Formats: sequence, C-alpha cells, structure tokens
Amino acid sequence: MRTKPISEEKSQRKRFLSGNGFVPFILRRLLTSILLVFGVTFISFSITQLVPGDPVAANLGQSAYSNPEIVAAFKKQFGLDRPVPVQYVKYVAKLMHGDLGVSLSSKRPVLEDLKEYFPATLEIALVAVFLALVVGLLLGIISAVTRDRLPDQIIRVFSLTGVSMPAFWTALTAFYLFFFVLGWAPGTGRLAPGADPPPTVTGLYTVDSLIAGDFSTFRQAVSYLLLPAIVLAIYAIGVLTRFTRASMLEILGNDYVRAARAKGLSEFTVIRRHVLRPALLSIITVAGVAFSSLLAGSVLVENVFSWPGLGQYAYRAAVGLDLPGIMGVSMVVATVYITMNLIVDILYRVIDPQMRDVS
Amino acid sequence: MDLLTVKNLTVTLATGRGDAAAVRDLSFTVGHGEFLGIAGESGSGKTMTALSLLGLLPHKGRATGSINFDGREILTSSKREYRDLRGKEIAMIFQDPMTSLHPMLTVEVQLTEHLRHHRKVSKDAARQSALELLSTVKIPAPEAALRAHPSQFSGGMRQRIAIAMALACEPKLLIADEPTTALDVTVQAGILKLLHQLRKERNLSVMVITHDLGVLSSLTDRIMIMYAGSEVETASTSDLLQRPRHPYTSGLIAALPGHNDVAKSSSSKRLLSIEGMPPELGNFPPGCAFHTRCNYAIEACKSALPERIQLSESHRIYCPVDPFSGKAGIEVAQ
Amino acid sequence: MKITLKKIKSSKNSNSIWRQPLAVVGVGIIVIWTLLAIFAPWIAPYNPNAQDAAKFLAPSAAHWMGTDELNRDILSRVIFGARISLPYSLLLVALSATLGSIVGAISGYAGGKVDSFLMRVTDVFFAFPGIVLAMAVAAALGPQIRNAVIAITIVAWPVYARLVRGLILNAKQNDYVTASALLGSSSLRTLIVDLRPNLSGPVFVLAALEVGNALLLLSGLSFLGLGAQPPASEWGSMVSLGAENFDRWWVGLFPGLAILTAVLAFNFIGDALRDAMDPRTAKALRD
Repeated sequence: MRTKPISEEKSQRKRFLSGNGFVPFILRRLLTSILLVFGVTFISFSITQLVPGDPVAANLGQSAYSNPEIVAAFKKQFGLDRPVPVQYVKYVAKLMHGDLGVSLSSKRPVLEDLKEYFPATLEIALVAVFLALVVGLLLGIISAVTRDRLPDQIIRVFSLTGVSMPAFWTALTAFYLFFFVLGWAPGTGRLAPGADPPPTVTGLYTVDSLIAGDFSTFRQAVSYLLLPAIVLAIYAIGVLTRFTRASMLEILGNDYVRAARAKGLSEFTVIRRHVLRPALLSIITVAGVAFSSLLAGSVLVENVFSWPGLGQYAYRAAVGLDLPGIMGVSMVVATVYITMNLIVDILYRVIDPQMRDVS
Repeated sequence: MDLLTVKNLTVTLATGRGDAAAVRDLSFTVGHGEFLGIAGESGSGKTMTALSLLGLLPHKGRATGSINFDGREILTSSKREYRDLRGKEIAMIFQDPMTSLHPMLTVEVQLTEHLRHHRKVSKDAARQSALELLSTVKIPAPEAALRAHPSQFSGGMRQRIAIAMALACEPKLLIADEPTTALDVTVQAGILKLLHQLRKERNLSVMVITHDLGVLSSLTDRIMIMYAGSEVETASTSDLLQRPRHPYTSGLIAALPGHNDVAKSSSSKRLLSIEGMPPELGNFPPGCAFHTRCNYAIEACKSALPERIQLSESHRIYCPVDPFSGKAGIEVAQ
Repeated sequence: MKITLKKIKSSKNSNSIWRQPLAVVGVGIIVIWTLLAIFAPWIAPYNPNAQDAAKFLAPSAAHWMGTDELNRDILSRVIFGARISLPYSLLLVALSATLGSIVGAISGYAGGKVDSFLMRVTDVFFAFPGIVLAMAVAAALGPQIRNAVIAITIVAWPVYARLVRGLILNAKQNDYVTASALLGSSSLRTLIVDLRPNLSGPVFVLAALEVGNALLLLSGLSFLGLGAQPPASEWGSMVSLGAENFDRWWVGLFPGLAILTAVLAFNFIGDALRDAMDPRTAKALRD
C-alpha cells in the first residue's frame, strides 16, 4: 500500500484549465480522474484480450460448448463475434450512457449486479476502515511517543504481524474460533438464513434497517458484519499504525517541535497541536488508499465468510472470464480509489495553509 | 548572585559506539542584564549546553553537574518543573526561522499559546500582548500578521516573530542559538539591531550561541570560546577580540573577514586559518582536544588536560602555551 | 569531505541490520525455511502425497500436524510447501522489479512525452484493484502456479517504476551525471554505468519489502484455486482445504502459520534494510 498522488501534472494542464483557484483545481482533477477511469477500462480490456482464454468455454457447459449453434448464439448475444477493437469501442460507447454491458456469468446487466454486490462490500469496508483509523492512529501515536521503549517495540511487532497475516487464513481461523469454538459469531452471510433483508435504500443492511426502524434486523446485521469487518481491518490497522508512527517520528524531528517544547507547553499539547496536525496530512492519504485496497482485499475475506459482496462477484467474473463483469468491478474499485485521492487532495488544501497560501 | 551559574556541566550522548561526551566539565555564569556570547565550530557542544539549560536534550542525552538559575538548582528538576521554566523564565530562539516556526499554525496561536499556558491570561489579553510584541519587533501591520501563517513572511520577518515568541512571557534569560546564521547579511544587521534595542529597553540576560565571532563583537559583554565540548578561553568581548591568548581563539579571529584591523599588532599573521577539521563527537583527542590542529602544541598538550589559567579577573584560558611569546609556561598579563 | 564520508560510514555501522534483533530473527526464520525446502525429502517424515494414513487425524505424535481429507501428512506437506512458495515469490519479485525498473528507467531517462505517457500508465495500474486483474489473468491463462506468477507480475511492477524514475530524476540533477555527459559518454552508457549503483540499493530494499506481499498474493490466488493445483503441496491451497473443513482446525491452521512466519520474516528483513538506508531514500521507499 503506497501513497501515490495522481496530480503531478498540474503544470501541464494549466494551459487549458489555468488558474489556481479551488474550482479550476477541482475541474482539473475531475478531468484527470475521468481519463484515469478510461485508462482502467482500456488496460483491463487489453490485458484480458491479450491472454489466451475462452470465455465461451468458461460459461457454457461441456455439451453446449460442443454445439456450434449454441456457441455462435452465445457469441452473438454478448457481441463476442465482432473484432476486438470494435468490441472495445462499443463498450466505451455504451459506458458513456451508463451501460456497463451484460455479465457473461450472471446474464444480468453488470450495473444491476454491482448495485446488489457493492453495498455489501462497502458496508464491511467502511466499518473496517473506521476501526483501522481509530486503532491504527492510536497505536501509531503511542508507538511514536514511546519510541524504542517497550510499548513501541511491542506495537511494532504487532503491526508487522498484522500486515503479514494472510487474510484468508485469518478469516478462517477467526471463523473457527468465534463461530465454532466460542459461538460468539452468528455464521456466514449477511443475515440469518431465511431472514428478510430490510427494504433497499442504500443497500447497507445496517443503515436500511435503521431507516425502516427495524432494530432486530439492525442488531442481526451488525452481528453478522462484525467478524468479517474486523478480519478485513487487521491489515489496514497494521499499515496505518506503521505509517502513523513513521510520519509522527518524522515530524517529531522537526525544529518547530523542539521550539514548541522550548515554550514549556505540556507534552500533550505539543503532540496534539504541533505534531499530530501535520502528521494527519500524510495519514489521510494512506487512509484513502487503504480504503480502496480494502475493497480489493475483500475478495479473500468474502470467500471465507460467504459474504455476497464485490469480492465474490469479482471472483466469479474472473473465473468465468466474464469481461464485462471484470471491467465493472475494476471500474468500481478504481473510481473509489480515484475519488479517495480527490478527497485527500481537497482535504490537503483545507488542512495545510501553506498550500492555500502559495497557490 | 548571577542569574545563571553553571558548574561542571557534562553532557553525554549515547551513540552506536557507547557514550560520548558532547560537553565536558563546563562552568560559566551569566549575570543579570548581561549578554554572554558562546562561540565555537559546529560540534563544539554549544547547542547541547543550551539545550541542557532547558532540559531539552535529545532522548539519548544526559547532563550532570549543576545549573543554578535565579537561585535555584534546575538540573535536577522534574519534567514538570522544567516545563514551568521553559518559555516562561528561559526562552530560546532557534537558528533557522524557516523551520522553527510551525508551518500550519497561525502567528497568533504561536505567539499566545505559551502565554496563555503559563500566565493563564484570557484569549483577548493574550492577543493584545501579541500585538504589542509584534510592534516591539517591528512587524508591519501586526493585526494582519496575527492571522497569517509563517509561510507568508520572509526569513528576517520570521526571525522577528520567533523573537517575539520568545519574549512573550518576559523571560529572565533568552538563549539565541545562531540567531542570524540562516539569514541574508543585510537582514542579519536588522536582527542584531533589534537585539541591541531589546537590550536597552528590557532588563534581559541573553546567551548568544554562534560560530561567527563577528556577530558577537558588537553585541556581547563577554565571550566564551568552546572547542570539542570544553571551554578554551573566556574574556570580555574587547579583551578577547584584541588580546586573544588561546591559539584557537586567535585562529577564529584571524579567520574573520577584515580581521587585520583587529589583531594586526601581533605575530598572529601565521594563524590565517585553522588547519584541519574539528573532531567528531565521541572521537575527541586526549589531552587538549585542540592539540592536533595547534601550531604551538607541546608534548604535555597531547596527554594532560590543560589547567585553567586566570589572566585577569575576567580573562581565563585553558592553555599552557603563550603563542605570542612562543614559549611554554605562564606569562601573565601583557 | 573526509568528515562527511566518515559520517556516512559510521551511521551505516550503527544502523547495520545485524544490530536489529527483529532482522536477525527474520534472517533466522528464512534460513530455517530454506534448509527445510532444500532438504525436504530427508526431513519430512512422510511422502507429502502419500495417502497412507487415515482421514482427518488430529495432530499426534505420529502426525505432528495431523492429516488432511486425502489421508496425507500435513507436516510433510508444509515442509514441501516451502519448495513452492519461497522460490516462486522470489521469482515473482525479481520479475516485477526488473520489469518495473526498465519502465521506470526509460521513463526517467527519456523524459518528455515518453515519460508522461508511461507515468499515466502507471497511474492507471495504481488505480487498479490488483488482485481482481491478477485473478482475471490467472483464470484466462489457466490455473497454474506459473501463470499466477505472471498475473501478479503484471500488477506488481508499477511501484518499482515509480521508484526508479524518481531516483533517475534526482540523479539527473546531480553533478556526476552532468560531468559524464560533458565527457561525452553515450546516453546509454551514462545510464548503466553511472546510475546503476545508485539505483540497485533502493530497488533491492523495495524488492525485499515486497517479497512478503508477493507471497501473500501468490498464496491468495492459490487459495482461490487460481494458483498451484492439487496435488501440489502449496500453502495457500492447503489453507483452502481447511476452509472446506473448517471444523478440522489443523488442516488450515498449520499451512497458514507457515505463510505467516515466512511473510513476517521477510518483512522483518525488509524493514531493517529500509531503516539502514539513509533517511531520504527510506522516505522515498515509504511513500
């Protein structure tokens, strides 16, 4: 997980969207973001076309595959009979109208699929990133403040362990322990088998059940949500702890921190006002990136918890060589990544007066 | 009773290769209203001396000896007692105003936070005294300056703000660590003038730390020269500049631009610059640490720590050699 | 000059990775896994694919880690697993480091339009959900450990490209490159002779930091059935057997612990190497 600002080209774009105000800045960033999303579709399209693999074989049964008529019909239905460049142009043209195509594996419009699966992943990812922020920041701060002493050393080993655990194995072990041995976790899925999901508003069961005023469903949704979210959070906690520690230590070495101490302020004030604020700038960046990587990381965790989310959908799309499905997932995750970067850039401008003043 | 009396101060730093003494058995005083200059090359221990006065040594550092400030022993203070001292009774100005001011906090916050912390004054009262401070240090448009961030000011202006910050709680002792080194020459003069003016207007004791004797010549009452963590010579400013006795001091003076009018009388022309480099921390030579670069070193310099020789009431040196007679031994008073 | 040289040397000494206990532990673990991998046939108590024992035996004196669904001894399979996971993750890192370094070097050296094009491409890859693309490629190429390596390489190279490009841009401003340009050496020569020593250190450290991630991704793909195929004793796919029989805790637990210890060891080493680098390079690596 790395921070990668995608706004290096500010100077180049100045020619047609000049000006340093807030609005031109946002417009510039939006424009790059859209280009980036197209880049994502292009690359996923090219790579999946470049590698050999027959989507027809992957989606039709053995007997159907040996029947040329069914194969031809399948190809025609999904536009696979046209030349590859035409397929891509067609795809982009539809994309302009918000049409993501039809999934080869589910035979439904990809957009419909995403609407169903994305909220499930979003729900655990949001909880996970919240947990990661709270725990990661706290541990990172303690670690930096007690540098090289016992708490720091313990936290360093723990955070390194957190980023070294294979998520699918953590999920499995946690499930065995909390479901099978202790009986604290309710089981797999989003709700108990047979339970009715709340009426869809956001697709997040917790939010939707609260909107509907259905507290028993809310409690159930939370209980099903917690374990996958915690498992998903472990890696992000490790990353954020390590990053918080590093940026705090970097800031602590600054002259202005020594100057603040020379003023006789309490250590708490020095840390909170003089160290944490600038450190938060870089921590925000990582948190944004961590969020989108959680979406991708959910593939392995959802598999174990039978969580009907984007990760499971991505897995089925990949195995089925379902190009529209793969591109749909890629675009969702890329869009989240890009949006996160955009939000981070905007927050930077809000938090850091230097960027405001200079520009 | 002097405001500050430091006795046998030794600062050791834990390094990868064991403990190293950054300051060795240092004793000096700063009187009420006195300006003391401490000069030496980088690594001479002058900054560590300043930081130990504030209890702000890096976490691998340890100080022993005695520091008496305003009638109290402070070296043994608790963290809390040190915090009550810092910013309120002893304030510090750092070398580089580009890095010593917080880039994200407004000037108002930085000028008033310690005032409000130490004196428990209201926000408005703190703001009022911040405005006064800004006019004292001659910042134009103080009202607007309060709302600004440091990045909106030039280096010289920032150092003025840093000085205002240090003065906020009316400290008894001000430590200025290379206050002009990071600034342009033209701006330097302005800052020195400001320090002069503050000296006239306030009953302030100041310790100026620098590697540049030129900065001290017009500012201080007395100058202490340090080398490799030890004092080598202390004298009144005029005495030290006109009649330096330690070979190292003469070397520093000779290295000053336009030094000829200061020290042309003597045979010190050979000492145009000092050969070699100051020793690294943890790697100080035995005996007189300067002997490896000294043209006058005798056999004894290589092994024995030089004794203190009191030349007059205010002039003392740590060197058995008189470079001006070329002879070893003590030739008191010229 | 003399002083600065000395300082660099001494700071390297005091930060040498051998002074960091975690790094020593990391090296120790890797050495153990390497020895186990090399001498697996002599160390493992059973043939990893022999189906001689009974089904789902809990850990016992005869089978320290128990047996799996197909009556195989899990300890022996874990030991043989080191022969797959370790070399393939190292190979994967070597491939993506090479690919990324080449792209980054071209980008940084050529500058101009080539540079901005290549950097836009890396931007896109950063925005990509790596594992989704890797899954798609692995599925398209056919589930095999070799294909999983190729798939992950395709998504893992951009970090190296960024690093190398940045280092080259820095070096370009440095005097020694200008000096050798003045002396008339050809551009390719400049690139290779003058810059390689400055690049290889950071790239190596980044690679060391990435080995752990590579192992995680690789075993993740195997867990999903897109990497090593049965009956190969690969740690990730062994964990997936545990997922199918989660009430037999030992089936998934021990192969997972094997992954954890190996990844942790690589991360200990990578971290220590980064800390031993000078702070600016270390920061470039962290970002």
